[in-house]
Amino acid sequence: MNAMTHTRIIRIARMAWLPLLFLLAGCHIDMYDQPRYTTNQPSSFFADGRSMRPPVPNTVAMGGFSGDSALMTGKLDGELVAELPAEIILDAALLTRGRSVFDAYCAPCHGLLGDGQGVIAFRGPLVVPSYHTDRLRTMPIGYFFDVATNGINRMYGYGARISVADRWAAVAYIRALQISQNTNVSTLAPAEQTQLQSGSPQP
Amino acid sequence: MSAQIFSRNANAIFRVILLAIVLLVSGTIVALIGLYLSPWYTEAGVAKAQPIAFSHKHHTADLKIDCRYCHTTVERAATAGFPATETCMSCHSQVWTTSPLLQPVRDSFQTGAPLVWNRIYDLPDFVYFNHSIHVAKGIGCTTCHGDIGAMQLTSKAQPLYMGWCLGCHRDPAQQIRPVDQVFAIDYDVQSLSLAERQQLVVEYKIPTDGRLTNCYICHR
Repeated sequence: MNAMTHTRIIRIARMAWLPLLFLLAGCHIDMYDQPRYTTNQPSSFFADGRSMRPPVPNTVAMGGFSGDSALMTGKLDGELVAELPAEIILDAALLTRGRSVFDAYCAPCHGLLGDGQGVIAFRGPLVVPSYHTDRLRTMPIGYFFDVATNGINRMYGYGARISVADRWAAVAYIRALQISQNTNVSTLAPAEQTQLQSGSPQP
Repeated sequence: MSAQIFSRNANAIFRVILLAIVLLVSGTIVALIGLYLSPWYTEAGVAKAQPIAFSHKHHTADLKIDCRYCHTTVERAATAGFPATETCMSCHSQVWTTSPLLQPVRDSFQTGAPLVWNRIYDLPDFVYFNHSIHVAKGIGCTTCHGDIGAMQLTSKAQPLYMGWCLGCHRDPAQQIRPVDQVFAIDYDVQSLSLAERQQLVVEYKIPTDGRLTNCYICHR
């Protein structure tokens, strides 16, 4: 190896750090923030600043509404339905789900027992009606679905927030609450009375 | 005696410089790792300014309002959903109706202009995350969102690094809870024994054959 080649190798070796510059190519965020909108992301493109476009008034989702369906409205031919629609099957699972939905969405005002003593009712000046009155006990079940969907008086509608199936589940649970709160304990079977006294929710 | 090129203490200076270089390089690396894990970079535990001083503590722990009352799509969509102004007004058209703190809510309700909240949990766009499947399989809100019942102002509870996600995906039994406790803000995952939690993993049909750690599970 002569001195000439030796110097050349050293000169090239001094440049060995240059490939490290490729690491700088990793310093970018275009994969983190890709050119697309995510849910609720603001947009400078639309005048109102939102990327999620509000639907045109009176728009309904495909299969999301039908004016003459008891399932969607709680009414049949303009009359409130007295029974659950055929699509909703009354079983323990429905009531369990109904309890969960009721406790989440209804109980803040109506109270866990449906007595109108919820925490919001307690704080505000508003009077929330109890479900345990003769007027509401004899009300057709479609009424509760209609109110849950569209609201009534000061209560806002929950049609946009709770799915149809969940609304029916909650309505079925309201009926169950009405029965449970209007049942004489002495008419229950001894085992059920013991369970009730012990305070355990379910066997 | 020939002239010395280096002074008598050159060796000592050389050693000190060597040590300084080693310390500087390793110190820089440690400092960078520290920064990477620090709240300054991860935003964990750092509350952001919001248009309204909304308190999760007040609404969840004090008033016992369910997470789903506001985050309505958490059970059926990828995102839990920011509540519409109408959701706020469902109660605040009746309570605290004159509070100046809630003026932006009332303005938004009247004008239709949305409230612009500052996002706390912002996953990179290359991560696919779906709330509904986690909620349906017994992963509670507080597992990722922390002790929300204690947060006056909301902050991130986790840095959201991939290793943290993988911790659960490798062993779901660490954090699983019964599905009816998912929205309970004061639930303690340790209240079930590990064996009971492993039983839940089986019951909820959570795959433990390694599928949950496939890249494609989250990067799709």
